[in-house]
Amino acid sequence: MEAQTITQEVSEKAAAPAKSPTTEVSGSEALLEALIVEGVETIFGYPGGAIMPIYDALYDYSEKLNHILVRHEQGGIHAGQGYARTSGKVGVVFATSGPGATNLVTGLADAQIDSTPLVCITGQVFAHLLGTDAFQETDVINITTPVTKWNYQVTDATEIPEVIAKAFYIAKSGRPGPVLIDITKNAQIQKFDYAGYTKCDHIRSYRPKPIVRPQYIQEAAELINSAKKPFIIWGQGVILGSAEQEFKAFVEKSGIPSAWTVLGAGAIPTNHPLNVGMLGMHGNYGPNVLTNECDVLIAIGMRFDDRVTGRLDKYAKQAKVIHLDIDPAEIDKNVKSTVPVWGDCKETLPMLTALVDKKEHTEWHDKFKDYTRQEVEQVIHRELNPTTDEMTMGEVIKQLNEITKGEAIIVTDVGQHQMVACRYAQFNNTRSNVTSGGLGTMGFALPAAIGAKFGAQNRTVVAIIGDGGFQMTCQELGTIMQSGIDVKIIILNNRFLGMVRQWQELFNSRRYSFVDIESPDFVALAAAYRIPGKVIDDRKDLPSALHEMLNNKGSFLLEVMVTKENNVFPMVPQGCSVSEIRLK
Amino acid sequence: METQDNDKQEFNITVYTENQIGLLNRIAIIFTRRKINIDSLNTSPSEIESIHRFNIVITESEEVVRKLTRQIEKQVEVLKVYYHTNADVIWQELALYKVSTDVIAEKVSVERLLRENGARVVVLRKDYTVFETTGHREETDNLISILQPYGLIEFVRSARVAIIKDSEGFNSKLREFERLEPGEDVIENEYLNKGQKVFTM
Repeated sequence: MEAQTITQEVSEKAAAPAKSPTTEVSGSEALLEALIVEGVETIFGYPGGAIMPIYDALYDYSEKLNHILVRHEQGGIHAGQGYARTSGKVGVVFATSGPGATNLVTGLADAQIDSTPLVCITGQVFAHLLGTDAFQETDVINITTPVTKWNYQVTDATEIPEVIAKAFYIAKSGRPGPVLIDITKNAQIQKFDYAGYTKCDHIRSYRPKPIVRPQYIQEAAELINSAKKPFIIWGQGVILGSAEQEFKAFVEKSGIPSAWTVLGAGAIPTNHPLNVGMLGMHGNYGPNVLTNECDVLIAIGMRFDDRVTGRLDKYAKQAKVIHLDIDPAEIDKNVKSTVPVWGDCKETLPMLTALVDKKEHTEWHDKFKDYTRQEVEQVIHRELNPTTDEMTMGEVIKQLNEITKGEAIIVTDVGQHQMVACRYAQFNNTRSNVTSGGLGTMGFALPAAIGAKFGAQNRTVVAIIGDGGFQMTCQELGTIMQSGIDVKIIILNNRFLGMVRQWQELFNSRRYSFVDIESPDFVALAAAYRIPGKVIDDRKDLPSALHEMLNNKGSFLLEVMVTKENNVFPMVPQGCSVSEIRLK
Repeated sequence: METQDNDKQEFNITVYTENQIGLLNRIAIIFTRRKINIDSLNTSPSEIESIHRFNIVITESEEVVRKLTRQIEKQVEVLKVYYHTNADVIWQELALYKVSTDVIAEKVSVERLLRENGARVVVLRKDYTVFETTGHREETDNLISILQPYGLIEFVRSARVAIIKDSEGFNSKLREFERLEPGEDVIENEYLNKGQKVFTM
């Protein structure tokens, strides 16, 4: 297909230009003007040859745009993700061509699968060098196509305002996702008559959300009202749609027990009486077992990930399924729905709430309570109140809850500590659980915590990281040092790659293949970056150490030595049904 | 299971898109990530200026095809996706056959060959002749087997082009897309349309 500049699809009512019309600007200046109109305050980035003109222009914009110099582009994009998750705004990331751009790929994949709105700007070699294997040239558009919601290469500066407007609109509308704009160096330098920046609010070929049909709502409400054992499972869609209030109203009127996916945590508080716990492989006992007992399953803004469903052909087969989602491609993808409610849940939930009967479902709730009692007896009590000498991850989280009272943002990496933190951390507020869900990216937490704090500067941000994951992106301690950002870091050190070790113990006859990981002196490492820290291995020091960390002005690293061979339970073993969940 | 071989049949997927560099790749990887072979792929202009049309043929179960079409339609520059069985479309493929003129002139009743296979001569030279035929796969295959014994030098077949039997064109749809409000028809599905036997999504 031949080249064609994209057509103007912008609305006239959108924001006024910051620069007066018909000024001559460079492509780089046009980009930065666009970011300002889009309300961008913070950029995470790393300069390099092919993005130098943009950085040169940025030199004059440093009062309006706060650029955070990261230590690796992967750190930059995870910071952008953390920022987007806590602020609800679009995360913006700059990187240069070639290795700068390829270093973004893990973060793009993570943002794509977890629906995180990002706009990434990459520099590219001069347009006339494209395809010649020029220095630091890589085919970024094709490399990133599978892991972006949209991407586009700009080779002419005049395209920049319109392309950036589209980028922001696409990143944040409908089901959000990452967008990458690759700008050749000549386009960054090229001057053109700038007619101002207009925000985009419509693209002909793009339907961010389907129209809501009352017919669906009616059918769904009838099913819910006739249900004896209805069960709500919700995901991040509730948070992404800013529908927490609408969701709470629906849950409270219908009285239906409600459980969450990892990314849905916090949409209603952890201690809400209708919140029955976490779903999935390491979720709570009742929510998993009773998924296979409910008569109507109401899935809201979640996508039936295999870590949630376990064995699909034995998942909720007895139930009629109502699936509310903004993305038509998710309906019937993994679980066949009886009534698909396609639409934005901020619109569909109030319509549904209006039609459902007010109920209590007391007996049905008692079943959940009974499973909770069993889980507390057999798993939770021991994890949170251990009698062994060594500390457990769970008791660290419990102590943290007691001090933060559930008000902190918890950023986790991937592995055992992540599951323990999600299971036991108290979330009073939405946008408080930042973790890598779908992609399971080790190394996510430290940079994401930096971004999370920039996105919510008046909140406490606590990063909880394993000894393995911390070593994947610990160079970002440099970013903390230089930016002076206040991030509390807890390393739960079990001297193992714990989750893989757990699987090797349970399923590979304890053949511990390459999971025994040595660590540096983390406190000394932090000290090298002028970040204070402490290591503890005695339970009696835990409360005071946590207080010291939280009361410290600025970042602090607390390393907690925990028991080496602890397993996360309950567990739905891979390939098993959710009813086959194990307590030990 | 959803992908049992006996559920599989040929489906014709019609994709209306903006004309955008990179979109071919974006669409192709939706098939390749599931390790699905694309039997035939054709891109062409459509009845509307500036709107492109892909015709893609794959052999899969309807359930998989439905999921694929939703994932294609989700792409920003894709306007609309339809899928149809072979019975629901009029389709053609074009094939060219190069044979030695000497052999053909000597051993074959060219007239009968042309008549029986709906073929025509595109080029007739002293050294070689090029035949062309247009039709379904069996028809173009049939001419291969007829010409093979006479030393078929070269053969090529085009991608499939298909016209949807009960389509009313894309013009009215496009007007709908140009409006700001979300569209009705993206939410059609087999649940709501179970009485109507509608195939679009």
